[in-house]
Amino acid sequence: MSTEDKQLYTVSIYTENNIGLLNRISAIFQRRHINIESLNTSPSEIEGVSKFTIVVNMDEVNIKKILGQIEKQVEVIKAYYHNLDQIIYQISGLFKIKSELLFEEPHIQNIIKESNARIVTVNKAFFILEKSGKKEEIVEMYNQLSKFGIMQYTRSGLIAVTKEEMKISSLLESYNN
Amino acid sequence: MEIQTIKSQGKTNKATERISGSEAVVRCLIAEGVDILYGYPGGAIMPVYDELYKYHGKIHHVLTRHEQGATHAAQGYARISGKVGVAIATSGPGATNLITGIADAQIDSTPMVCITGQVASHLLGSDAFQETDIVGISTPVTKWNCQITKAADIPKVMAKAFYIARSGRPGPVLVDITKDAQFEEFDFLYEKCTHVRSYNPLPTTDIIKVKEAANLINAAKKPLIVWGQGVILGKAEEELKAVLEKAGIPAAWTILGASAIPTSHPLNVGMVGMHGNYAPNVLTNECDLLIAIGMRFDDRVTGSLSTYAKQAKVIHFEIDPAEIDKNVKSDVAVLGDAKKSLEELLPFLEEKSHTDWHQKFKDLYQIEYDKVIKNDLYPTKEGLTMAEVLKEINSQSEGKAAIVTDVGQHQMVACRYADFNVSKSNITSGGLGTMGFGLPAAIGAKMAAPDREVISISGDGGYQMTIQELGTIFQQKAAVKVVVLNNDFLGMVRQWQQLFFDKRYASTEMVNPNFVAIAEGYYIKARKVTKREELAEAVAEMMQSKEAYFLEVCVEKEDNVFPMIPTGASVSDIRLE
Ligand SMILES: Cc1ncc(C[n+]2csc(CCOP(=O)(O)OP(=O)(O)O)c2C)c(N)n1
Ligand SMILES: [Mg+2]
Repeated sequence: MSTEDKQLYTVSIYTENNIGLLNRISAIFQRRHINIESLNTSPSEIEGVSKFTIVVNMDEVNIKKILGQIEKQVEVIKAYYHNLDQIIYQISGLFKIKSELLFEEPHIQNIIKESNARIVTVNKAFFILEKSGKKEEIVEMYNQLSKFGIMQYTRSGLIAVTKEEMKISSLLESYNN
Repeated sequence: MEIQTIKSQGKTNKATERISGSEAVVRCLIAEGVDILYGYPGGAIMPVYDELYKYHGKIHHVLTRHEQGATHAAQGYARISGKVGVAIATSGPGATNLITGIADAQIDSTPMVCITGQVASHLLGSDAFQETDIVGISTPVTKWNCQITKAADIPKVMAKAFYIARSGRPGPVLVDITKDAQFEEFDFLYEKCTHVRSYNPLPTTDIIKVKEAANLINAAKKPLIVWGQGVILGKAEEELKAVLEKAGIPAAWTILGASAIPTSHPLNVGMVGMHGNYAPNVLTNECDLLIAIGMRFDDRVTGSLSTYAKQAKVIHFEIDPAEIDKNVKSDVAVLGDAKKSLEELLPFLEEKSHTDWHQKFKDLYQIEYDKVIKNDLYPTKEGLTMAEVLKEINSQSEGKAAIVTDVGQHQMVACRYADFNVSKSNITSGGLGTMGFGLPAAIGAKMAAPDREVISISGDGGYQMTIQELGTIFQQKAAVKVVVLNNDFLGMVRQWQQLFFDKRYASTEMVNPNFVAIAEGYYIKARKVTKREELAEAVAEMMQSKEAYFLEVCVEKEDNVFPMIPTGASVSDIRLE
């Protein structure tokens, strides 16, 4: 498969709550040397059903095969894949910065304003900036701020909802019958 | 953990009974129809063994000589009976010793439930004595697994374990039970599991796809069926026979599909794959339609994928959606159970005979016969061939014996030359190629089908990987016939060294013990054959024996198995020499 065909996909997996499932799902990627770009687990819109959101850089032929392997797991209800055009997604970044810089470097205040970042907390020693958006926006902000020195930085996994409807509830309904 | 996914069967006004977790385990097994289980005791599973002692007479525990032997025996039991095989072991080393058999059952889709003891729940994660994370270790090689820390979860988890192991595409399940959960008392009530919300084992057969498949089959000039174990697991032998007879289609089998259609059937054109028959391999690349039924296009079957059946349209009958287009892209995929799909297919098929196309198979068979088969079966040299032994077994068993093989040259020879006239007669480790599988698997097979002749055929190498199971044969009085085809070599590896490594025989020569003396040490009747003249009589003595019998046949040391598709080559480039 040529690398041209590769693109970022999100894999959304609806599952029963189960301790061992993360292990099972990550093993499917690991065995095939597929690097997971990010992974997020959370409750879903349905009570008792969890949702994994995994981002991978792959081609479509292979992502279909991976989806087959994922859906084959007993506790997986349904898995979907989407490219980034088919979803609405957010990533957030947290930046911890020395408080004195906020006053000494007027530039920082501009960055905050222009980037629509939010100040989460401020104290004498440091302040925390939070920025949500696309990965590039967060990386851009990191690049701007790093010139002044960042005490700590972290970026979350991607979370997403799809533009089209995901019929999990009706699917579960049909499984129950 | 919470199991909210099980739909209970019928009404639940049955009374509960207060019993211990360990008793519950045994009661669950009995409720699932388990009459035999294979295992090895140890600290963390002792409470369950204590209950097995009390329930003696209702359920028979077979003490193997190694936990790996327990899994292979459970596999042999499952493969010949179609029921779930059960193995049980203690925590730590007992549990890790199960892994090879579990991996084997996973890749060969064998229904098996493994029960392991675990350290008490308050010790989990503390590196306690004989603590291993067996759930973590077994995750990639199980269909499902689960750890139980509360007695109350035992009935539901056990029910789910059996349901998952046997339904859909079968596979191994591991249930790990902490020692405190085994001791704990609770109100027991067993209900079989018939449904797990997130699990759809049997995709419904789409009649539109069936009709599309029928149209392709009716239009084909040179169709070829390749069937796999899905036919046996789906109990679809009769349906397959009806389909190939009506549509006049030559049919070949994968190693695990062997015996679903009798060897003697005129439309049975032999085995595909690395050491399969010449005609079906070559003609895979000439057919205009390839009909795959319950098989998964393993690389040992397809050779190089980029040149595999490229000229043909492909129909894939398959129960596991993940297998569709995994290795070979299909033009029509019919999901579902083989029995149902083939049953629905039959009325849409036109009667055909494809005489010219059949002639091609016969012509190529003749080439294989002249170059390979004749020399294997009627050698002119002094040394015995493995094929001769199979020929003798065929004639004396009328092709009705269950042949349980180990892994290596003898396995390929057995699959190529054994007559399989009864379904479920070829029990072998296909996907994992596990040396040491044969002897313990034969024990399980014999115990599940005591009325059948069960013949274990091993090489001198693999035999010694689980040779200690002779002790199990002796203790259980299992009337297994054990044949070792001794070439004093790890023959299959030696063959590769000869062909691809300029005969550098690195660590493949075996200096072997007195096998007869070892068998006799276990009080098993034993005999060694070195000459052709003795063979028929020795096989007769073995077949007539009512008890276990050991037969060592010393065969030609450096024979090779042909035909052969070298790794990475195309099926049509199969070599005859
Ligand atoms: C557990 C295990 N280890 C190694 C191998 C690799 N292997 C495949 S066939 C073979 C030789 C088997 O020798 P033997 O049992 O004497 O059978 P023969 O080929 O001589 O008939 C080996 C070492 C294997 N399949 N399984
Ligand atoms: Mg050998």
